[in-house]
Amino acid sequence: MKYEAFIIKYAEIGVKGNNRHIFEDALVQALRRALLPVGSFQVTCIAGRLYVEAADDFDYDEAIAAFQRVFGVLGICPAVTIRRTERRLPDIDALGEAAIRYFESVYGLERGKEAAPGEEKTFKVRCRRVDKSYPMNSMEVDAAVGERLLDAFPSLKVDVHDPEILFHVELREQVNLFSEEIPGPGGLPSGTAGKAMLLLSGGIDSPVAGYQIARRGARVEAVYFHAPPYTSDRAKQKVIDLATLLSRYTGPIRLHIVNFTAIQLAIYEKCPKDELTIIMRRYMMHIAEELALQNDCIGLITGESIGQVASQTMQSLAVTDEAVRRLPVYRPLIANDKQEIIRISEQIGTYETSILPYEDCCTIFVAKHPVTRPRLDIILRHEEPVREELDALTRTAIAEEEIVTCGGRAGNGSDAP
Amino acid sequence: MNPDDKTAEIYLDNAATTRCDEEVVAVMSGAYLLDYGNPSSMHRKGYEAEQLMKKARQEIAGTLRVLPEEIFFTSGGTESDNLAILGCARAGARRGRHLITSAVEHAAVAETMAALAEEGFEITKLPVDERGLVDPEEAAEAVREDTILVSVMAVNNEIGTVQDLKRIGQEIRKKNPGVLFHTDAVQGYGKIPLAVKECGIDLLSVSGHKFHGPKGTGFLYVKKGTKIRPILFGGGQQNGLRSGTDNVPGAVGLAAAAVQAVSKQQEFAERIGALREGFLTELRARIEGIRINGAQGMQAAPHIVSLSVPGVRAEVLLHALEDKRIYVSAGSACSSHTASGKQPGTATLRAIGLPPECLESTIRLSFSRDTTEAELHMTADALAELVPALRRFH
Repeated sequence: MKYEAFIIKYAEIGVKGNNRHIFEDALVQALRRALLPVGSFQVTCIAGRLYVEAADDFDYDEAIAAFQRVFGVLGICPAVTIRRTERRLPDIDALGEAAIRYFESVYGLERGKEAAPGEEKTFKVRCRRVDKSYPMNSMEVDAAVGERLLDAFPSLKVDVHDPEILFHVELREQVNLFSEEIPGPGGLPSGTAGKAMLLLSGGIDSPVAGYQIARRGARVEAVYFHAPPYTSDRAKQKVIDLATLLSRYTGPIRLHIVNFTAIQLAIYEKCPKDELTIIMRRYMMHIAEELALQNDCIGLITGESIGQVASQTMQSLAVTDEAVRRLPVYRPLIANDKQEIIRISEQIGTYETSILPYEDCCTIFVAKHPVTRPRLDIILRHEEPVREELDALTRTAIAEEEIVTCGGRAGNGSDAP
Repeated sequence: MNPDDKTAEIYLDNAATTRCDEEVVAVMSGAYLLDYGNPSSMHRKGYEAEQLMKKARQEIAGTLRVLPEEIFFTSGGTESDNLAILGCARAGARRGRHLITSAVEHAAVAETMAALAEEGFEITKLPVDERGLVDPEEAAEAVREDTILVSVMAVNNEIGTVQDLKRIGQEIRKKNPGVLFHTDAVQGYGKIPLAVKECGIDLLSVSGHKFHGPKGTGFLYVKKGTKIRPILFGGGQQNGLRSGTDNVPGAVGLAAAAVQAVSKQQEFAERIGALREGFLTELRARIEGIRINGAQGMQAAPHIVSLSVPGVRAEVLLHALEDKRIYVSAGSACSSHTASGKQPGTATLRAIGLPPECLESTIRLSFSRDTTEAELHMTADALAELVPALRRFH
């Protein structure tokens, strides 16, 4: 193990004025939750710096992976820290010795050993002196530490413009030594925004959309439309698995499973075949809005993207959108290409599950040539004769929903890897 | 309806796997808890386990009237098929590099042949007629000087067609007496009579869990003197042909199930065959436009029914039956795969020339010794109710 501490850099929180402590508290909580399965850590926020210190052995890669799932984390700096002894920071000799040990363990350098040709490393020391009582100023510390490193390692060279290793020495309430920064997911800590209802199919897009909105601090619930016998238990389990994967970022997700078969069959029998999908989607949005309002959600999330399929042309989106009357619909992928969406889904680990080949209820009964430019007035006219029946079926479907909590200790969902 | 009440289930997917026999579980339990030694160990605990293994081998050999040293325990049908085909191909590669199989084999045979084709072997795939039958004379015609092995299954796993192994064995030998004859008898063992000697079979694959035996067990019969090489290497168990610590509980359970299945084979075939006939008569009378696939009468296995229901997707019918706690199998996957380039239906269904409207509308119902007339009657009821309803939404 190379490191026992991490400095967590966070992004926009710094500019949030009086609300800053709310965001910081949320981030501290989120980090503690994320690190729980990794080991025993102390997470503290001292003077605008977030420290994570290990109280015990842990797996470094696991810890980094956990940090990378915490929204609000901009960067993770694995660090070596030195505490004060008798309230005093270490003197320059002790500082130099600590720097040498850091280079030995992190970069595997050996004292006094010449580098093989081409294996020299360039570096630069950058001191930040927050504690102004330290007897040397930061430029003096830079020079003194740099000199000691050069003396110890013949393979090191100074490059002040473009060093391979930028070695930070922070003189604060303690000394922090670090040289690496691993990118985090950015965004805002979970729970600092409102809660939204995600329409989760088994596809590639919707988990990514949920991820994107959750990344802005939103809590997420999800709704899945199940259509037995046209969709199977495996298709349903796949969606539970996706929600569980997503919950690694968002915290536990309550998944509402709505039986959509009767509604779908009624539309299929009584509306024009080429309008089946668009009318179906309007009812899905309508049900999602009802469930959202019942569960304190203040928005819907979909994975729609302009022009991706017939039901996502701008005309179709306009018709679908009209079915939602009281809440905004967040469509974070609206302008993304499929390839970009796939890349994110690979990054967040939902892709492999998304491409498992089970039918979802959007792929059954699909007309050969569904409408791509539906007109709202015509759709409304075609819905009219079935509306009463569909409204009754909708009420039944909502009343008979099944709720599965995915992820977290209360989770019924499958275990995420 | 209590979802945990397994007695209310109608399980008609016995060609996929069967419920393990309770007596089998009991003898295995003894081998796990009391006689748990390793037959390769030199002490008495090992010797006792070795004796169990020996007895199991003898019992299994008895079911086929062959020698105990001709039985090799494996992990199941797939391994038996792989060992038979790869083992004989590698041992005979200097004599020839040609193998023959049929167009309706299980993937364990078909994919092994495909792997050999990649290694440079030549594979001839015999076509079948609309019943799924290989023509023995056509098989003989395909045999050449350099043919190492012919592999034709005993009973087809999807449509239940029983091949005429006896005639195939005779005909291919007339052409080339040196050719080896392998049969995948995974769906045939305990279901139809298997006369190894009369058919001239050199290698025969069996899987335990298809006849109420333990999962992960099976055996390969290899006629004495057959040139075959191992595909697993290690401690040299089972005469060096199949290394790996002997699965004593598995062998003991497999033997118990095998003895039961084969000793009751005739009774099974008569009783279940009659149930099958009655079931088919009822289906034909009650449901319009259905089609029963595969050979019928003497060339039909007693326990497999392949049923095409044009106008209903097999997967949907399967899930609708599942809702009534009736479990069947769908011959083919759903149409969303086919959109991405996969051919519709399965290789077997295409090989028997099933019309396009049937390829994705075919289900398989497969029976076991525990299947009852009442269950089949309820299944016919369910189908008669579901099929017209589902056809409305096609």
